[in-house]
Amino acid sequence: MLTGDAQKFYGLLFGIGFSTLLITQQMTIFVNLVERGASGVYNAPEAEVWVMDPVSRTTDVSYAMPGTALDKVRAIPGVEWAVPHLRAVANVRTKDGDLEGVTVIGVDDATLIGLPKRMAVGDKSVFFAPDTVVIDDVGVDRLFSNGASPLGERLELNDQRAIIRGIADAIPSFTSQVTLYTRYSSALNFVPGTRNRLSFVLVGVAKGETPEAVAARIEQETGLKAETRAELAQAGVNFIIENTGIPINFGITVFLGFVVGVAIVGLTFSLFLRDNIKQFGALKAIGVTNSKIMQMVGVQAGLVGLVGYGIGVVGTIAFIRGFGSNPFFKGFYIPWQIPLISLAAVVIILALTGFIAIRSVLRTEPAAVFR
Amino acid sequence: MTQQTTPGCAPEAAICARGITRDFEAGQTTIRVLHGIDTDIRPGELTYVVGESGSGKTTLISIMCGILYPTEGEVRVFGTDIYKLTDTELVNFRLKNIGFIFQQYNLIPSIDAAANAAVPLIAQGVPIKEARERAKVLLDKLNIGNQADKLPRQLSGGQQQRVAIARALVHEPRLVVCDEPTAALDASSGRRVMDLLREVAVSPDRACIIVTHDNRIFDLADRIIVLEDGRITHDGTEMPDDH
Ligand SMILES: Nc1ncnc2c1ncn2[C@@H]1O[C@H](COP(=O)(O)OP(=O)(O)O)[C@@H](O)[C@H]1O
Ligand SMILES: [Mg+2]
Repeated sequence: MLTGDAQKFYGLLFGIGFSTLLITQQMTIFVNLVERGASGVYNAPEAEVWVMDPVSRTTDVSYAMPGTALDKVRAIPGVEWAVPHLRAVANVRTKDGDLEGVTVIGVDDATLIGLPKRMAVGDKSVFFAPDTVVIDDVGVDRLFSNGASPLGERLELNDQRAIIRGIADAIPSFTSQVTLYTRYSSALNFVPGTRNRLSFVLVGVAKGETPEAVAARIEQETGLKAETRAELAQAGVNFIIENTGIPINFGITVFLGFVVGVAIVGLTFSLFLRDNIKQFGALKAIGVTNSKIMQMVGVQAGLVGLVGYGIGVVGTIAFIRGFGSNPFFKGFYIPWQIPLISLAAVVIILALTGFIAIRSVLRTEPAAVFR
Repeated sequence: MTQQTTPGCAPEAAICARGITRDFEAGQTTIRVLHGIDTDIRPGELTYVVGESGSGKTTLISIMCGILYPTEGEVRVFGTDIYKLTDTELVNFRLKNIGFIFQQYNLIPSIDAAANAAVPLIAQGVPIKEARERAKVLLDKLNIGNQADKLPRQLSGGQQQRVAIARALVHEPRLVVCDEPTAALDASSGRRVMDLLREVAVSPDRACIIVTHDNRIFDLADRIIVLEDGRITHDGTEMPDDH
C-alpha cells in the first residue's frame, strides 16, 4: 500500500536513508576521531606496559622522569625488557622557510622498540645512519604538500640538522601533527636539554605474567605510574572527550539527524495515511480489523525502513571508502556497534512516527467511508 | 449470536430494523436525523432508499449494515442483533455477510484489480492465490477479466467501479449495500451500472439495498422506500405519484 505513491515512497526512503547516513557517518567519525587520542599507544605496538611519572596522563601529556627510572623498572620481577621512550615537541623550519610544530619520538637505540609496526617507505635500518629522522605519512602531506618525495630532505629541527630517510606507516594523532621518529640518543640532541628527558619506559612482560600484574608491581615498588596498553589508550580517548567540544558537536549532529528523520518520515507518513484514509475506512467497513491494518502498515513501514537503512549504511561505507586516501580518514573503520545504534534509531523513528500517524486511521469511523 | 424472533420480525427477513433513531451533536445542539424507523428488508429484492439530500439515507443504511451505531433501536441482520455483538464480532460479521460498494470505489492504489477484488477473501484468510482466482472469475463475469493485472489508476472510472462491484460480491455476501452508485455518472452509464448490478448482485438468497436520489433509475427497483427528514413516508413497489 505504501508503494502506491512513488513520491511518498521515495520521501520515506530518503528520510530514513538520510537519517541513517547522518547518524552512522557522524558517529563513525566521532569514534575514530576520539580514538586518535590513543594513537601514541597504537603506534608503539610492542609495549605491553607504559611506565611514566605519576603526574603524566596520556602519551601526549607527560612529565619527564630521571634516567634512573629505567634501571628501577628493569629490576622489577616479571619485566622481560624495558626501553626508554622520549616524546617531545619541537619546531622545524622547512626549506620554504615555514615553521611547523612537530612531535619528536625517540625510540630505543638498540631494538628500535617504540616504532610503528610498518614503514610506508624505506627500511628500519635507516635509523642507524647519522642525523636520521623518519617522518610519519600524515607529516609528509603536511610538510610536502607539493607531492615531492621527502626522502633525503634536510630539516632544521630545533637548529639541528636532520635528514628524512624514511616514512612510517602510522596512525595520525588527534591533531594530525607531524611526527618525526628517531633514535633515543639523537632525540636527546634534537630536544634541548633539561635534566630529565625520559618520558616513558616501555615494558614487555615475561611469559606467564599479565601486563596488569606487572604494572601493579612496578607501581608498588618504584612509586612510578604504570599502565597497560588498554589503560593508557583509554586515558588518551578520555582526555580528548573531556578536553574538547567534540562530543557535544557530534552529539548535536547525531541528534539533528534523528530529528530530521523524525520530521521527514513523520510528515510523509502522516500525509500518506491521510491521503489513503478513505481506503482505510473502506477496509474497516468491509471487515478488516484495526490490528490487521496495523500489521499491514507495520510490515510495509518495516520494509521501507530496512531499504532506507541499507541505503544509509552503504552510503556511510562508500563515504569512508571514498575518503580513505585522505590522511584525515586514515585507518577509519565502522565499529559494529554503530550500525546497530542507527538501526535502533530507525526503529524508533518509524515506531514513533508510525504510531502518531496511524492513530488517525484507527480512530476513523468505518461509517465515514460513505461521506 | 442467538437466533430469536423479535416481535414483528419475520424470520426470513434479511434486515429487521425496529425503532431506529440517530442523533448527531452539532455544536451545542443535538440534531435527530432519524426518527423511529421500522422496516424489514427482504432477500431476493432490489430495495431502493430514496429521498432528498440530507434526508438521512446514508445514516440509515450505515446503521442497517453495521458500521454506525443507532442512538436507539435494534437491528437484526439475518437474525443476529448486530449491535449486541462485541466490536470484533461485528467486524467479522460484516466481513462474512456484507458486501459494500462505495461511491468513490476506494480501491487500494498499489495493488492490481484482481487483488482489490479479492480483499474480502484475503481478509477472511483465504490464501492469496485462491482468492485472486475467485476474484478473476467474477471480473470475467463483469467483462473486465483482461484488466485483472492492472493497477486502479490504469483503469477507466467505469472499470474501477466494476472492480469495486466485484469486491462487494466476491465473498458471496447475503447483503449488499451501495450508496449513490450512479451519482457521478451520466445517464447512460448510470443505467448500465444499474442493469449490471441487477444482473450480478440480485439473487434469491441475497438482499440488495441501494441508496440513490437518481430518478432516472427508479424503474429498476423491486421496492422503493422514501425517506423525508428522517421518516419513512412511502414504501412500495413504485414511486408515489407526487415525486
Ligand atoms: N457525522 C455526522 N455529524 C453530524 N451530522 C451528520 C453526520 N452525518 C450526517 N449528519 C447529518 O444528518 C443528516 C442526514 O445525513 P445523511 O444521512 O448523509 O443524508 P443523505 O444521505 O440522505 O444525504 C444531514 O443533515 C447531515 O448533515
Ligand atoms: Mg448520502
